[in-house]
Amino acid sequence: MLEVEHLAVSFGTLRVLDDVSLAIPPGQAVGIVGPNGAGKSTLINAVSGTGQVSRGTVRLAGRDVTHTSAARRCRWGIGRSHQIPRPFGDLSVFENVLVAAERGAGLRGRDAAAQALRSLEATGLLSAANTMAGAVPLLGRKRLELARALATSPQLLLLDEIAGGLTEGEADELVSTVLSLKQAGVTIMWIEHVVKALVQVVDRLVCLAFGRIVADGSPEEVLASREVAEVYLGGALA
Amino acid sequence: MTWVNTILQGLLLGGIFAMAAGGLSLMFGVMRIANLAHGDLMILGGYAAAVSTLHLGVPVPLTVLVSMAVLGGLGYLLQRTLLDRAMALSELAPMMVTFGIAVMIPNALAEVFSNDAQPLNIGALGTASIELGGGLAIGWFPLLTVVAAVLVLTGLHLFLHRTQIGRITRATADDPEVVRLMGVDNLKIYALTTVISLVTVALAGTLYAMRQGGVTPYEGQLTVLFAFETVVIGGLGSLWGTLAGGLVLGVAQSAGAQISPDLPLLAGHVVFLLVLVFRPQGLFGRSVLA
Repeated sequence: MLEVEHLAVSFGTLRVLDDVSLAIPPGQAVGIVGPNGAGKSTLINAVSGTGQVSRGTVRLAGRDVTHTSAARRCRWGIGRSHQIPRPFGDLSVFENVLVAAERGAGLRGRDAAAQALRSLEATGLLSAANTMAGAVPLLGRKRLELARALATSPQLLLLDEIAGGLTEGEADELVSTVLSLKQAGVTIMWIEHVVKALVQVVDRLVCLAFGRIVADGSPEEVLASREVAEVYLGGALA
Repeated sequence: MTWVNTILQGLLLGGIFAMAAGGLSLMFGVMRIANLAHGDLMILGGYAAAVSTLHLGVPVPLTVLVSMAVLGGLGYLLQRTLLDRAMALSELAPMMVTFGIAVMIPNALAEVFSNDAQPLNIGALGTASIELGGGLAIGWFPLLTVVAAVLVLTGLHLFLHRTQIGRITRATADDPEVVRLMGVDNLKIYALTTVISLVTVALAGTLYAMRQGGVTPYEGQLTVLFAFETVVIGGLGSLWGTLAGGLVLGVAQSAGAQISPDLPLLAGHVVFLLVLVFRPQGLFGRSVLA
């Protein structure tokens, strides 16, 4: 589904990602962990098309999308949520999701409205449908990020820190939503600091540090690996 | 009764201000571009109408359509070739570009057409009026202008709130980066916004030229001021406010003229400053595009 090859991203002289290669087969859910500044969000930006790529290629379902616009990548099946929610504040929650259904999924009229409602239902936002998105509290806005991504009918879903800042109960609800998406066959790449939430969903864990992949395998292997312990302890000691 | 008449005439004058300001408000609301060339583009719209009937023999009522087509096309080119690039540079760059255009348009018009007015004569419609009794009369043409302004602003409102593209336009105004992740090409929305803005200003410019009986090159500098005053009086980003702002400014100028022929501009500016001091968010100031 997604193939990232020799990806490098530099901002000026600062190399944020350095030769990252990662392939995610269809239907797999991959968690990305790593300390702050490891390049996790930069990786998601490179895949969704909102960030720059200095070297390397990004392929979606075999198609090279390295230089494709974010809007077209969305229409080709990449949906994403933001770490800090960015709702269209002057639109209602329903309208927010409707835009995604109409443009991202290319639906019209009733089909678009039905898709928007399904996304709101799946994320527990149905009762807030007519609220202005700018007035929705944090959990609702995090869910709206997810609902909008869902409404674009993604084949590949990129999630950036959706559990951060939520209570355990709230995080559990989001986890069950993501789990049902995975069961529906959506490929998922999920950045998360709340590892406890992550391991309930993902089949595979990748650890990034200093712009490189330091561990890649089953969640148990990766969490137990010496490299990951060093990265986190090293980060804590520094 | 004179004062009733003054207010009535002021409301009718305000129609043109409101229409001109609608496009200004839209471009600012969606792209945060303060279009300093708006008044000169309006005058250019007047020229397009006047020249099309003088040199191409287009019937006067249809010159409105010529003007709207010319400025709509110009708006597309302007956005795609200049403003998109300027927006990518910095927030200030688009304003500087429009400032440059505001200097170029009147000088180009003077160079090509001289400083003489290009006539645009609507004949009997210009003086026809409805008698209301008691010395009150409403000119057909000013009335037409107000109706057109109400239609344009209502149309813009319905477009933004009742159509799919309008909804996407509001979303783009909120966050142009995130709409791309919903599959929206924000540059297409920008192009459409500028086209709509310039089509409405072409209508305003043509009606303005018809009202004055013609246009001269340098009138845009004053009309852009009126358009900005209208937007500020009404409240930035509120289309109903824009309509109200136009009418308030029209009444103020008309009342000023009633007191002394030197006063209309001053009276308008005073009302503008009073609003700015006592109600800086404008009469209807709310959030963007509300």
